[in-house]
Amino acid sequence: MADTDYTRYTTGEPVTDTKAPAGPVNERWDTRRFEAKLVNPANRRKHTVIVVGTGLAGGSAGATLAEQGYHVVQFCFQDSPRRAHSVAAQGGINAAKNYRNDGDSVHRLFYDTVKGGDFRARESNVHRLAQISVEIIDQCVAQGVPFAREYGGLLDNRSFGGVQVSRTFYARGQTGQQLLLGAYQALSRQIGAGTIEMHHRTEMLDLVVVDGKARGIVARDLVTGRIDTYFADAVVLATGGYGNVFYLSTNAMNSNATAIWRAHRKGAYFANPCFTQIHPTCIPRTGDHQSKLTLMSESLRNDGRIWVPKAKGDQRPPDQIPEDERDYYLERIYPSFGNLVPRDIASRAAKNVCDEGRGVGPGGQGVYLDFAEAIERMGRKTVEAKYGNLFDMYQRITDEDPYQVPMRIYPAVHYTMGGLWVDYDLQTTIPGLFAIGEANFSDHGANRLGASALMQGLADGYFVLPSTINDYLARNPHTEDVSADHPAVQETVADTQDRLNLLLSVDGDRTPDSFHREIGELMWEYCGMARTEDGLRTALARIPEIREEFWRRIKVPGTGEEFNQSLERANRVVDYLELAELMCLDALHRAESCGGHFRVESQTPDGEAARRDEEFSYAAAWEFGGTGEAPVLHKEDLVFEYVHPTQRSYA
Amino acid sequence: MKLTLRVWRQKNADEPGAMSTYQVDDISQDMSFLEMLDTLNEELTLKGEDPVAFDHDCREGICGACSLVINGDAHGPERTTTCQLHMRSFSDGDTIDIEPWRASAFPVIKDLVVDRTAFDRVIQSGGYISAPTGTAPEAHATPVPKPDADYAFENAECIGCGACVAACPNGSAMLFTAAKVSHLNVLPQGAPERESRVLDMVATMDAEGFGGCTLAGECATACPKGIPLFSITNMNKEWLRATRKSGKR
Repeated sequence: MADTDYTRYTTGEPVTDTKAPAGPVNERWDTRRFEAKLVNPANRRKHTVIVVGTGLAGGSAGATLAEQGYHVVQFCFQDSPRRAHSVAAQGGINAAKNYRNDGDSVHRLFYDTVKGGDFRARESNVHRLAQISVEIIDQCVAQGVPFAREYGGLLDNRSFGGVQVSRTFYARGQTGQQLLLGAYQALSRQIGAGTIEMHHRTEMLDLVVVDGKARGIVARDLVTGRIDTYFADAVVLATGGYGNVFYLSTNAMNSNATAIWRAHRKGAYFANPCFTQIHPTCIPRTGDHQSKLTLMSESLRNDGRIWVPKAKGDQRPPDQIPEDERDYYLERIYPSFGNLVPRDIASRAAKNVCDEGRGVGPGGQGVYLDFAEAIERMGRKTVEAKYGNLFDMYQRITDEDPYQVPMRIYPAVHYTMGGLWVDYDLQTTIPGLFAIGEANFSDHGANRLGASALMQGLADGYFVLPSTINDYLARNPHTEDVSADHPAVQETVADTQDRLNLLLSVDGDRTPDSFHREIGELMWEYCGMARTEDGLRTALARIPEIREEFWRRIKVPGTGEEFNQSLERANRVVDYLELAELMCLDALHRAESCGGHFRVESQTPDGEAARRDEEFSYAAAWEFGGTGEAPVLHKEDLVFEYVHPTQRSYA
Repeated sequence: MKLTLRVWRQKNADEPGAMSTYQVDDISQDMSFLEMLDTLNEELTLKGEDPVAFDHDCREGICGACSLVINGDAHGPERTTTCQLHMRSFSDGDTIDIEPWRASAFPVIKDLVVDRTAFDRVIQSGGYISAPTGTAPEAHATPVPKPDADYAFENAECIGCGACVAACPNGSAMLFTAAKVSHLNVLPQGAPERESRVLDMVATMDAEGFGGCTLAGECATACPKGIPLFSITNMNKEWLRATRKSGKR
């Protein structure tokens, strides 16, 4: 298929991380903290910082910045900051505490994360993350997070995919909930103290950039429909990932990409958009009515065994398939990691056995996750204590009892490693705009390891941003207030109003969800677990057509001056229809396989992802060029001084 | 399945609401209750009618956003959140009543959406441990006996959905408040603020307009996370203890 205007992108100047200090990797964070300028405690209250989002990253950042004395104005679209989607994370949080005395260390967590990310993350950032991991656990315990404990009263650990030590701290299958409530409570304490001005049910719709600096946001009150502007000295986006571009994902229904996409349109580079994580252990879909997919924690792979029948099209119920006619394919192909291989590898292996016609359940889109052996070995009580809530959830959704019948699982979109490009200080290419947590691209490379998202969100929010944002605020002292009649502000507000008015006025014959489903199916087909040049070009040809149809046929009932969930959804779809195009272009340009990005044209003889380091050892940071117009690629070269890139091997 | 839905429609907080009747066809047993409502809303949208507004987000039973009274029960007939309720719990031809949480402390915003910010204000008044970032000692410095840790966890499971308030004949928030008090007060880290926490949270709860507790027990029956009724007894004990201690000062 031929090039289109959009695929004829140009390559601009390389982008460099000017904030990353040199020197030994284990001293860089100390160096940066020492070199960063500080703001006098008495001056901090004169500085306003906007934080958008109240998940692990945003909640912890808002609380910490307020504790330091800054005036924080914070936003969430949910009715309460406690509902941010971090709440749904199940499995755990990694930290290099080495409480098990099993050979773990900061260096090993650093090494595992760089390797797990298939050598597409920055060494400096990942090492900092590993260092901070130990402080996070201390912080959370002090806040009263009820981690699992042993009978001696000390913290318990378990192991997770892609590693061979037990460094994961957990609170049954609700670790994200407990960590989020810790951050929410710290945030609540500051809201109660009057240091944080909290706007709930308020959604950011655009970024205000004045004289090249981020100076505020445009947001809509979701109850009254009122559009307002909010101004600050710096803006922090903690708005999560963009997995919902696929429509069906494990994300919450309202998680969306609007904040980061609008920032991208205003000049923030978007890095590695094609790096998406397909999680191997999700409940398979049941029909066209499906509104989302539900994850079953990866921790289940500690004790559950994954298998399919050896024979194609074997329709027998699982209990009638004898042991020697089962293929425990992960244990067979990867004997040293077995069922605990990283997520990208487990997902692709599941797809492969299903493509061979050996999948189970309706449509053959599933594999078994079997606890029969674990129940026999540990007893049902122990299995219940470890995984009870997950088993209950599975039973509620599928109406099958996983204590009796093996679970059926299938991969689903879960996490996006790509995001806004940030430097070592977590600042985007727009001065004064910071991105933290899943919203940035920085730490997970091409594949995130299990229990590392919670670690990164809290590292960014509690420890990294509060140290680095001082430097920006100190160097860019508050001069004059931005006023609502500044032309840049008026233009941004007018654009937002126009967009919403247009959505309301088309009065076509298709719902926002119908377009969301269509773009999602297209992305899953061509930009999902396996990607080809032809497929990506097909998608790139189709996306502008869907966009054109959207603006002709969209139907949004009601008005903009009221609580209007259809309008909220339609406005998010507008941004997905542009983001999807950039994801496909990024996937097309990266003609190698790495981590979760699997290009069928680039694989080893064994069918594993084959990286092409000479050509692609860089982060791809894209500069917006206009809707449907070719973006500009800026490369950030990745340098590996400590972990030598090798073909990942989990065999 | 074919169903008749009677849904509470209310344009905004200021206008009166009423039940409206809708028919839905082709409902699958595998659908979640909210997917059934999605189906209704797609039809209403195409007809140019206002879709039914309802809160929802994670659809995994953990964020606590969804909040429907179904046939008179908070979260419906099963002991779970609305999003985890599936249509296999209903029969072809059923008539289903769908209403918002009913409590004076939770005013209706639109249709089935209510304002639960009173819960946030209860937490802001003391539902935390003051541990500013950077001040934490090594995590293993203070072991926590496993039974205490488990008790804290059991109460920390609360998702703040408000079913307890909706189910209570008095519109009381005792179970919600008791869960947080019990979670934090049993932990050694929560000890320094043990008394102020319970006194301040209970005072805020009362000021927000939640009703008193008569130990009807409906809250614990409706709670999708199984917060035990005994937590209320524990909070009363904590409150009495704190009142006595603060009275001595």
